[in-house]
Parts: sequence; structure tokens; C-alpha cells
Amino acid sequence: MKLGKLALTVSATAVVLSSLLTAPPALAQVKEQFFPVLVYRTGAYAANGSQWANGYVDYLKLVNARGGINGVKISFEECETAYATDRGVECYERLKGKNGGATVFQPLSTGVTFALTEKAPADKIPLITAGYGRSESQNGAVFTWNFPLLGTYWVGAEVAIQHIAKKEGGVAKLKGKKIALVYHDSPYGKEPIPVLQELGKTYGFEVQLLPVAHPGVEQKATWLQIRQQKPDYVLLWGWGVMNSTALREAQATGYPRDKMMGIWWAGAEPDVKDVAEGAKGYSALTLQHGAEPNSKVVKDMLDLVYAKGQGTGPKNEVGQVLYMRGLLSAMLGVEGVRKAQERYGKGKVMSGEQVRWGLENLNLDQKTLDGMGFAGVMRPVQTSCLDHMGSSWVRVHTWNGSKWEFSSDWYQADEKVLRPMVMLASGKYAEEKKLKPRTPDECKL
Amino acid sequence: MLYRENGQFKTSYAADQQIFPIAQDRWAILGLLVVAFIGVPLLVDEYLFRAILIPFLILSLAALGVNILVGFCGQITLGAGAFMAVGAYAAYNFHIRIAGLPLLFSLLMGGVTAAVVGIFFGIPSLRVRGLYLAVATLAAQFFTDWVFLRVPWFTDNASSGSVSVSNLQIMGWQIDTPVNKYLFCLAFLTVFALLAKNMTRCAVGRQWMAIRDMDVAAEVIGIRPLFAKLSAFAVSSFFVGTAGALWGFIHLASWEPAAFSVDRSFQLLFMVIIGGLGTIMGSFFGAAFIVILPIALNQFLPAFGGLFGIRISTAGVSHAELIVFGGLIIFFLIKEPHGIARLWSTGKEKLRLWPFPH
Repeated sequence: MKLGKLALTVSATAVVLSSLLTAPPALAQVKEQFFPVLVYRTGAYAANGSQWANGYVDYLKLVNARGGINGVKISFEECETAYATDRGVECYERLKGKNGGATVFQPLSTGVTFALTEKAPADKIPLITAGYGRSESQNGAVFTWNFPLLGTYWVGAEVAIQHIAKKEGGVAKLKGKKIALVYHDSPYGKEPIPVLQELGKTYGFEVQLLPVAHPGVEQKATWLQIRQQKPDYVLLWGWGVMNSTALREAQATGYPRDKMMGIWWAGAEPDVKDVAEGAKGYSALTLQHGAEPNSKVVKDMLDLVYAKGQGTGPKNEVGQVLYMRGLLSAMLGVEGVRKAQERYGKGKVMSGEQVRWGLENLNLDQKTLDGMGFAGVMRPVQTSCLDHMGSSWVRVHTWNGSKWEFSSDWYQADEKVLRPMVMLASGKYAEEKKLKPRTPDECKL
Repeated sequence: MLYRENGQFKTSYAADQQIFPIAQDRWAILGLLVVAFIGVPLLVDEYLFRAILIPFLILSLAALGVNILVGFCGQITLGAGAFMAVGAYAAYNFHIRIAGLPLLFSLLMGGVTAAVVGIFFGIPSLRVRGLYLAVATLAAQFFTDWVFLRVPWFTDNASSGSVSVSNLQIMGWQIDTPVNKYLFCLAFLTVFALLAKNMTRCAVGRQWMAIRDMDVAAEVIGIRPLFAKLSAFAVSSFFVGTAGALWGFIHLASWEPAAFSVDRSFQLLFMVIIGGLGTIMGSFFGAAFIVILPIALNQFLPAFGGLFGIRISTAGVSHAELIVFGGLIIFFLIKEPHGIARLWSTGKEKLRLWPFPH
């Protein structure tokens, strides 16, 4: 029983120590803007999740290296969610009150976003979901605290069809075509379905839905169906290992890769590099940016952060697609704080509520973006009370066997199609939750 | 010295048969309840409520249900997550489709629906047992995963397949703050634990245990396996289903089928194995072990590394968490195969002799 006693003592001291040790840092720093970082560096989606996380954290470091947000330094803490909703919620609860309160949450998981959407309004912390999350949360009158900046899955689906129509030579040519959607069977993968179905009705193409169960390594049956039914195009709405598996299966089935198009979460280096030549011709949407190793912000990053040995991830991944995504996401959060400071006092620490105002009145024009080193990486973003998305610019890039290359011009989502759907869905949400959408007057506050 | 029943004479059958025949136990439990209902809400902060106490209470309730089936009736199940899902989605549908239905009723109907589904998936237990039954119940898991992902009716045609509830209240009492949520779950758990304890002490509980110990012998002495096994499935699924409804409504507020995946089933099974099969107490210990330990480790390890000036990366912490957690499970199973509850009762035995151990 001696060993048993030892174990008990050790675990008891562990519990006591942990409560003692975790408490003090909360009091230590006050004059810092705290960014909680929800990441997944383990689990089935680690390969993609860690690149995003590295970009996110590195940008925060870069801001500090450049002197903070008008002098206010950033502090941050990571919390591992492993892409699981309950762990994500736990992380949110853990970090939301730390170091003077969380500035903004970016969960990088549609499932966690759904759960936090219910909690954020009570805690008054904004939620940025750049390129994911609930599509209808674009309507800021209802979703006061959600910011699906830069694009939603509905934008993605709409642009994907635009691109296909362009390739075919006009929307009229879409009639009678078969477009298959191979999607991750979760809220993430299901988001584009309503838009595809709506457009299918309008243009007369047939949508085939082919779900793939988490984590997506089992796709034989899906690709057998594709081989039998021979859809004209395959849209891939996958994440993590599901993407490379899909490309391998496509190779095995002989489905032409140039007829396959992924969402921006299925268009990064980890998805294709193991398939390399096999993925040649595969294209994916981009959330404005692609791989940007030559952009100025990446050069700054290497000079100011990596040269000093403070980089979070491997140096050769700096500037890759998902790294840039994380970097942009962090930038949007930081710019929200900067904007809020313009109104509530420069050089002060902003509360979640103030940052929400900043994000809602974000106006990054091309000059500002170029000045920050984002020339060629992204286009202007301007948000408003009714539009929490800010912009819907999308490009397409194609894998040439060794790197991603842009293969299309800029697209913009068709507001005429999406706006009514956003209003309808957000209206339904407001009704369910008995929320009163904000009026234009309330928006000005 | 302190914990001794000398001098406590029982003068009636009722006194002899009560749940806690020793006065010290009664006082301790009463004290615990007072602390839980009054002390904790005054002392504890929001993080502890939301991230630890509420999940602990709800999963304890689910573990109680699993323990009834696995620990008391000996029917191994891997479908607990499925019954949680059934409970959550059934409660959701009652809640949104019938306007004005009291919340309590919706939650309990979630449990009742889960009980019906549980009876259905319990039917194979009349023919197969042991590991084969575990595999049969696994079917329930995959079936419900499929149903709630594929049949849009159950999720009220939500385009993303994720459902959410809000504005929960019982007779004007808003269940929105962490304290209220905690009290609500605690009240549920208290009533259900009492129910479970009494059920295992009465005729039906004895039937379950007879079936568990040797089903042929039980049949010979006149116990109907059909009734005993299916009633265990029903009661267990009712508990688990109610826990599922609470998990969805109170803890997550917005959920998708992944919240009740096969991982959840394994987690619940581990809880009862580690906590102690066939004990009510064990369900609580197991839930505490599985809910609290990973989170505690996750927070403790970076701080521990910091003591020696080592910065452990986020990924390193999660990996270490899994290693330590797995190691502890194995350690406990080797040192105490009957679970933590056995340690507890051994402790009580020793306390009786204290301070004169022999």
C-alpha cells in the first residue's frame, strides 16, 4: 500500500500546487491587452491547426516587437481544444476572465463557434470567425458579438459556383450539370448546403451530397459513388487529414483533379504536399490570401521575430497558407482593438465591449493594409452594424505539384443571392432566441 | 474513535434498513448536501462552475445510469453516448415543438424517450452477453450518430445540423447564471442518486444483482431475465438520457451529434470501472476522476514546468496530460481493481479501528 499512499500524496499535492500556481499570474499584468488563443496542436486536425496557431501567435509577437497597439503590449495564452467542442468551451471559460479579461475569441472550429455564440453575449466578448462559423452571423443586427470577417461558407459556395460557371462559359451552361459536395459531416461541412441547393434550383444543376464522417480517413465508399455517378465537378469541404485522403482517393479512382475544388480550409500545404504530383491541377478557393512568402509582413516577421529566435513554429512554414490565415485572423483582432482605441482612448487597454465596437466599425483601406505589409495579400475590409463580414473577396489558387499559384481573378460574392438568405436565417435565429434585432439607432451607440 | 457505531442501537426495522445506518454517515451526507447547496454557490467562481462543477454533476448522473446497467446488472454497454444523444434530442424536440411545455417535463421526457430506445437496444441482451453485448450496444451508438446527422426532422431542419436552446426557466426561475445552472443540476442529481440508491436496495435491484452474479441461477430461483434485464436497460437509459438532456440544455446550450460520440460512451464506461462497479459512490468518484483530472493536469503541468524554468508547449502539455492520465488509470486498475469506491470503503473500515489499527 506504500506506493498507493505515495500516489495519493503526489496527486493531492499536485492539486493543491496547481491551484496555488495558476492563481498569481492573473494579478500580475494589468496594462496588457490579453488575447486568449484557442488552438489545436494535437488530435486529428493538428497538422492544419498548428500552422494557423503559429501564425496567430507570431503576429501577436510581431505587434509587440513593433511596439504594441499604440503602446499597449499584448499578452496571450494558448489553450488546447483538440477541435472538441466541450474542451473548447472549457478553454473559453478558463481564459475569458484572465489577465484583465479576454479581448476577442477565435475558436477556429465551427462547432465551438456555435457553442460560444450562445455564451459570448452574456460575457460581452466578441467572437471573430474569419472564414468559418455561422454564415448568417454576418447580420450584426442579430448576431451582435459574432464577426465572420472576410468571408463565410455561403460566400465560398457562391463563389465556387461562379468560378465553375466561368470555366464552363456562363451560368447557362450549368444547366443539367452534376456537382458533388464531399463534406466533413459536422456543422462546418453542412454550412454550404443551403446555398448550393438554392443556386442549383436557380441555374438547374444537380447537387449531390456526399458526407464523410470525422476524421475523414474512410472515404472509399464516397469515391465509389463518385466513380459511379461521375459528377462534373467535386467540391471538397474538408479539414485536416480528410483533404489529403480525398485527393489520394481521387487519384485512385482516376477522378480528374482539375475538376475538384476545395474551400479555403482545403487549400493549404498540409493538404496537398504528401500527394504532391497526385494533387496537381487541384484548385481551392482562397480567403483573399494564398501562400505569401514574399509579402512584406512575412519579411517583417522573419526580421523582427524569427531573427531573434522568438518564432513559434518552424521557419520554413512562415508564409504558408494556413500560417497566413492565422496571421490575418490575429491582425483583424488587433485592428479591432486599434479602432476601439481611437474612440475610447489611445494607449489604453480595451474591454471586450469596446473591441466589439472597434470590430463593427473596422475600416481597413488599401493604404492602411499596404502600410502594415499586406500589399497584395488582402483587399480592403469595411464592416458595419448590418454587415459583420466586411468583404467577400475570393481568389482561386491551384496546386502545380510543388506550390500554390493563383489561377483566377478576384471574385466577389453575389449579395443579391446571399443577403436574403442571411436575413432569413438570422431572422429565424432571432425569433427562436426571442432576440430583438438592433435598430439603426441602436447601432450608432 | 470518531467514526464508530458503538452505542447506536436500532430499535426498529426502519432504523436498521435506512440508507445510512451509521449516524456519522448521515450527518456527513447532510453536511455535504448543505455545503453543496449553500456553501458552494457562495464561495466558488464562475470558471469552476461552468468548466468543472456542472460537467461533473451531469456526467455523474450519466455514470450513475451506466453503473446501474454495467455495475448492478452486469450488462456491458458501449451505447451510453447514444442514449445521452437520444435524451438530448428528444428533450429538444419536446421543447421546441410543443409550445409552453414546462422545461422539467421536456427534460424528463428526454429521459423517458431514451428509456424506450434503451429497452429496444436492450433486447439483444436476452440472447448475448459479455463482450458480444457490448458490440451489440455499440450499434446503438452508430445508429443514433447516423440518425441525428442524417434525419433533418430531429434537428428541426437546422442547415448546419447544430441545435441550440435558450431562455430556459422553470416557473419564472431563469436558469441562465452559472449558479442557477449548478443548483438545477445538483437538484436533479440529488433526487436521481436517492432514487438509484433505493432502487438498488429494493426487489428490482436485487434481481439485477442476481442476474449479474449468475443469470442461470437467478432464473432457477424465479427471477425473470426478460424483466430484470430490460428494466435495467430502461432505468439506466432513463438516467443517461436525462443526463444527456441536461448536457445539451444546461451545459452546452448548443450542440451537434459529435457531443455524444463513441468517445463519450467509452468515457462513461471508464468512469464506472475506475469509480467502482456496483456502487453508487463509485459513479461520483469516477466522474470526478475523468472530468477534473485532465483539466487539472492541463493547468498544472505548465505551472509545474515553470517552477523549473521549463516552458512546455501547448501540444506538449496535451500529450503529457494523456500520458499521465492513462498511467493513472492503469495504476488504479492494478492497485485497486474494484475502483476508487473500494478505496473509500477500505478507508472507512480503517477509520473505525483508528487510532488502534491491528
